[in-house]
Amino acid sequence: MADKTDLIHLEVVTPEKTVVSEDVQTVVGPGSEGEFGVLTGHTPFLTTLKIGSLRYKDKGGADRCVFINGGFAEVLPRKVTVLAESAERRRDIDLTRAKAALERAKKRLETKGDDLDYERVHDSLLRAQTRLSLAESRARSAMQ
Amino acid sequence: MPSLKDVKRKIGGIKKTRQITKAMNMVAASRLRGCQLRSEAFRPYAKKFGEVLGSLAERAGEGSSPLLAPREEVQKARVVICTSDRGLCGGFNANLTGAVEDLLEGELAGKEVSFVCFGKKGRDWARKEKKEIAARHLGVVGGRFPFAVASKAGQELISAFLSGSVDEVYVVYAEFRSMSRQVPVVQKVLPIPPIPKEGTEEKAGFMAEHLCEPSASALLGSLLPKNVFVQIYKALLETSASEHAARMTAMDNATKACNDMLDELTLAYNKARQAAITKELMDIVGGAEALKG
Repeated sequence: MADKTDLIHLEVVTPEKTVVSEDVQTVVGPGSEGEFGVLTGHTPFLTTLKIGSLRYKDKGGADRCVFINGGFAEVLPRKVTVLAESAERRRDIDLTRAKAALERAKKRLETKGDDLDYERVHDSLLRAQTRLSLAESRARSAMQ
Repeated sequence: MPSLKDVKRKIGGIKKTRQITKAMNMVAASRLRGCQLRSEAFRPYAKKFGEVLGSLAERAGEGSSPLLAPREEVQKARVVICTSDRGLCGGFNANLTGAVEDLLEGELAGKEVSFVCFGKKGRDWARKEKKEIAARHLGVVGGRFPFAVASKAGQELISAFLSGSVDEVYVVYAEFRSMSRQVPVVQKVLPIPPIPKEGTEEKAGFMAEHLCEPSASALLGSLLPKNVFVQIYKALLETSASEHAARMTAMDNATKACNDMLDELTLAYNKARQAAITKELMDIVGGAEALKG
């Protein structure tokens, strides 16, 4: 159990709601230039985030995962603020929706029209895959 | 003098109308609460976003992004109008389209203007005025909508701006000031107007220590498009709340008007009934007197 002074306040905010707001021990985020880890007392910095998962250890030391759909993060010595366009905790991931999105994206890649917006399809593919793998990792950890 | 039956029928009709206006008032009240909760949920994001953007703009300097650069000659403009889908909300939509008309006659006079319409009423207006409609989004304002609606529309605006097919983009929406005041607001979103710098020096110094990854100007470049989405999302939230507030006020007034009319009609009905009774009585008394005679 960590000392109270070793905790960082983590906030994950989307335009629609505040997804996470709690004191945590460590945070690992999907920075666009590579993953970054944060412990208390980190140098202030700002980074953009790519689509991926943000992992953190909560007060009791349990590992938590949050899906992040791009955005940016501000890190301060005692505070991490993540602004994402959308984000959800691992347990809130909508599996059927993610699967449907994956199928849709794959189909779009196969048909390959001239007007294919490659970047957009790539993003939605990545989103769906990240969501699915996160949800699977949850199922695995529940089995153990 | 309308007959007793006519008055009675009219009273019945007005009672039914009053029931409807009362119900609509209550529905609008509960929807308004939902909209206000969503605005509330958006506030932390908007606040942090503004802070980070302000301090970044200060460090990166301006002119670093094509989204910030004003065009030398503005020929084509696009106006995003946020209106409601439904009527029965007083002068709400007329105020908004009025603001658009002022904009067209004022700043945008003689320019080629196309429209993006959020809400049926705005679309109907643009159609009637024979304006070019670039995109329409129905069923958004007043309901529950995800942020993706705003970011998608914003992305379209940005690509139109960058490709040079429009030189300026304005958003017209209803700002929610209070329950009884909703003000149409015209806001320029592209090119992005100079960002207000973070005020206090202490704070600026604090942010200046931040490491940036990638560089500050690259970060700014990726945040600026999001700023457009945030503005549009905010405009939609405000318009939704305003629509419900306007409808509440309108329906409240309608209910009051119904009550007044009912009072008047009930009085007229009672008078007419009393007159009829008196007349009958006079007839009976007259008849009895005649028989006695």
